[in-house]
Amino acid sequence: MSENAAALSSSRVITVTVNGTVYEREVEARKLLIHFIRDDLDLTGSHIGCDTGNCGACSVIVDGTLVKSCMLLAVQADGSSIETVEGLADGDELAALQQAFSDRHALQCGYCTPGMLMSATALLRTNARPTEAEIKKGLQGNICRCTGYWNIIEAVALAAERTRP
Amino acid sequence: MLLREVEYAKPSSVAEALQILASNDGARALAGGQTLISVMKARAASPDALVDLAALDELRGIELAADGTLSIGPMTTYTELVDSAEAKARPILAEVCAQIADVQVRNRGTIGGNLCSNDPTNHLPPLMVSIGATMTIAGQGGERVVSADEFFLGVYLTAVGPGELLTKITLPAGKRDAFAAVTLGVDGTCIASAAASLNGSLRIALGCVDATPVLVEPASADEGAVREAVRGAGLDPPADVHASAEYRLHLSEVLAVRAARQAAERS
Repeated sequence: MSENAAALSSSRVITVTVNGTVYEREVEARKLLIHFIRDDLDLTGSHIGCDTGNCGACSVIVDGTLVKSCMLLAVQADGSSIETVEGLADGDELAALQQAFSDRHALQCGYCTPGMLMSATALLRTNARPTEAEIKKGLQGNICRCTGYWNIIEAVALAAERTRP
Repeated sequence: MLLREVEYAKPSSVAEALQILASNDGARALAGGQTLISVMKARAASPDALVDLAALDELRGIELAADGTLSIGPMTTYTELVDSAEAKARPILAEVCAQIADVQVRNRGTIGGNLCSNDPTNHLPPLMVSIGATMTIAGQGGERVVSADEFFLGVYLTAVGPGELLTKITLPAGKRDAFAAVTLGVDGTCIASAAASLNGSLRIALGCVDATPVLVEPASADEGAVREAVRGAGLDPPADVHASAEYRLHLSEVLAVRAARQAAERS
């Protein structure tokens, strides 16, 4: 128990909202956000690819900002609202972006897909009609070893086309 | 990856942060964490305690004074700099910050973290030297102001000592700046870089060739003068898997010429 945020401690109780659900958990200060999400909350949609901040498979949106959850401690996310890939679909109804990934075969093994979807979601929120160059820049922090990226770029463009206001 | 056990605090004032840093030898300031968390995973750094600066609003924000001076809080992220209307007063800032790493890293990484980590491949140390920025450093004994030339002391080492914090970065007015680099892929790590500033006399700071940015001051932005100045700097760059010392030296000269030309072409 350490309610004084300014006091050093090796663990603390944090409260986060993930995809609309509020969770309160005690976490060790050394625990990365991705481990908290996967192991403590059992939300295993976000993947650990490289664990070195390079591949982007663990990308989630924290308070509206796209981040790599392996480059953040869980305690740093205290009080925040987090969106993960599990929050994209509406029940069995795929989000437009997910449907576009399916329609354009934008994945093979699927390991990078949760991160790709979160990066593309963040991109399309700030830029509803991205150019090809803007899509590439938006997905720059995400590595895919299967597709060669083209189908992913096409899928994001298709999702933008379909959801154009 | 499981990090070594570490303590954590999130102070709500700079004074509080300084107090914790001063009274805990093994404590490190945590800014955006895009370098520190990585090196902690690699065990290249193993702080006993992290002092999270995220709640310190005093360390955020960008102010533009009437004379064009920019004051930047060190906890300002690259993305905030790219999007800032005030930062447009010194256009090179947003241009360079937009080419650091990727969206996720730019969303979390901070200007202060980039400067204080002083990795020789970082973009911002040479840029600050070429611009002639000044850094305000706070400790429990008070504040002091250090020029960029004196701020970078060695690899991963700056004038910010134990128990101190970088609290402000101040940039004089000026628009004739440029940055040229050869990187590992688009927006990747620099293999060699050169930042040029031609606001008054020409200042070129070379990155990746020594522990700290190397300042050269050619008589003019002409190619011949710039090449001569770089050759006269007596560079002895490191060799690594990406570039031999000889190749890095060559790149340094070419990039200095390129940056000087681009700065001269701006109005």
